[in-house]
Amino acid sequence: MADVQADRPKDSWPKTTVPFRGGGFRTQPVRWVGLIVFVVLIALIEWGTRAGWISNLTLPRPSDVLATFGELYRTGALWDNLSVSLSRLVIGSAMGVSAGIGLGILIGLFSLVRAGLVPLVAAIFPVPKIALLPLFVIWFGIDEGSKYALIALGTFTPTVVATYGAVENVDRTLIRMGQSFGLSWLSIVRKIVLPGAMPGILSGLRISLAIGIILLVAAEMLGATHGVGAYILQAGSLYDLERLFAGVTILSILGVTVSFLIGWIERRLLDWRA
Amino acid sequence: MDLSIGGISHAYGDLEVLRDVSLDVPSGQIVCIVGPSGCGKSTLLRMAGGLEQPDRGEILQIGEPPEGCLNALTFVFQDFALLPWRSVEGNIRLVLEDHTIGAKASDEIVSDVLARTRLSDFRRALPRQLSGGMKQRVAIARALAVKPAVMLMDEPLSALDAQTRELLIDDLVSHWSREPFTALYVTHNLSEAVRLGHKIVVLSRRPGQVREVMEIDRPLNERALGDADLDERQKHLWDVMRTEARAADEELVDG
Repeated sequence: MADVQADRPKDSWPKTTVPFRGGGFRTQPVRWVGLIVFVVLIALIEWGTRAGWISNLTLPRPSDVLATFGELYRTGALWDNLSVSLSRLVIGSAMGVSAGIGLGILIGLFSLVRAGLVPLVAAIFPVPKIALLPLFVIWFGIDEGSKYALIALGTFTPTVVATYGAVENVDRTLIRMGQSFGLSWLSIVRKIVLPGAMPGILSGLRISLAIGIILLVAAEMLGATHGVGAYILQAGSLYDLERLFAGVTILSILGVTVSFLIGWIERRLLDWRA
Repeated sequence: MDLSIGGISHAYGDLEVLRDVSLDVPSGQIVCIVGPSGCGKSTLLRMAGGLEQPDRGEILQIGEPPEGCLNALTFVFQDFALLPWRSVEGNIRLVLEDHTIGAKASDEIVSDVLARTRLSDFRRALPRQLSGGMKQRVAIARALAVKPAVMLMDEPLSALDAQTRELLIDDLVSHWSREPFTALYVTHNLSEAVRLGHKIVVLSRRPGQVREVMEIDRPLNERALGDADLDERQKHLWDVMRTEARAADEELVDG
């Protein structure tokens, strides 16, 4: 280009604007869109079931599901089932998560524990825990014990894996700094290792609690008279789609609530991150 | 308290990193160690602070640490090593919490070191809110809080830009002039070494051996940027190091 233009004066050279090519590849929060997707989808189903191009054997009418939900609330059946399920979830996952964090830290800190238990955890992790329910019924009894044990074991394994991974990823220079100032072993674990591993532990908690909800429902379907799982199973056996979907909605709300709670904890505990 | 490093040799497996290194750090002086990258100078410093054990040789503390000293050998790290979840104040308190010195005494220490490093206004700031130079000043404040006998400084200014580095050199000089401290100071930056070192030890490329020891008698606060005598000394150090640095640069990492 320079050769051709060299003999012409500079102000006669063509001018083009530099095109912008740096956009994209960066997500930004967009408000309300998530809610709009829900509303549009439900409105479509409502329209379809009313107009008849969705048969009421395929999907229930959302307004009927809402009515069933209201009825559940008025009769008190909602709270009857939900309170039983919630206490199973809370107690079971509290046991599993606390044992998981404790053992995960030990695995992350001690070579011997690590060598001994990592293969064991790897062996338990992929086993569908629900397959062990009959065994747990014998070990821990037909009522609450077996359900607690199932949820505890189900939340335990992902918590252990997330925790020891997080402990391993704690910045070694921070630990060396602690040692160089003569901090005690316990101080280093409490003030450096544990807070440093917290982001990893909390993201593991999201997965653990989702698995906890799945196992809760499965256990209640296999052997319970009360609880959201039992309610859904009954509705399914009678092919009562409105009640089935009311039950499923409860589970979705439960999932969203748990995720919101963890998000809140993250904002509280991890406010030191950017 | 003096620190004496005697006949240190060390190898990581087959890789010999240090060979018979001896040097003394007399009380009240800053001793700089310079050398090409990978010459084992940071390893030597970690050994001096008891974070690593040498294969051969010994490191001796000679004399008593000063009164009120909580941690005789105290590091200042290149990457600051501040806990990101603790405020400036919290990071300094961290190193006092394990000692039974009482709440009032530790409050006084924190206020004192924050004032000395001109950080009093940033007490509650989190590390992510601070620039690199400020972070290193927090780390220096933390080191001062335990009243160390010897400061072990591992390339403390290497992560900073040139202007911030000049400011921190001035800071260190004024700290030293007000109250002389003892330091073993590892750096690859020769101008830092001639500005801050009472004694400069040049290590050869791997395995690190002492090539030369230079003493500079001039008081720290009389050494300025662009001083002809210091430039001459810096040039001499570079002449000693140049071939070593080139050879080190051309070595294969695992060769």
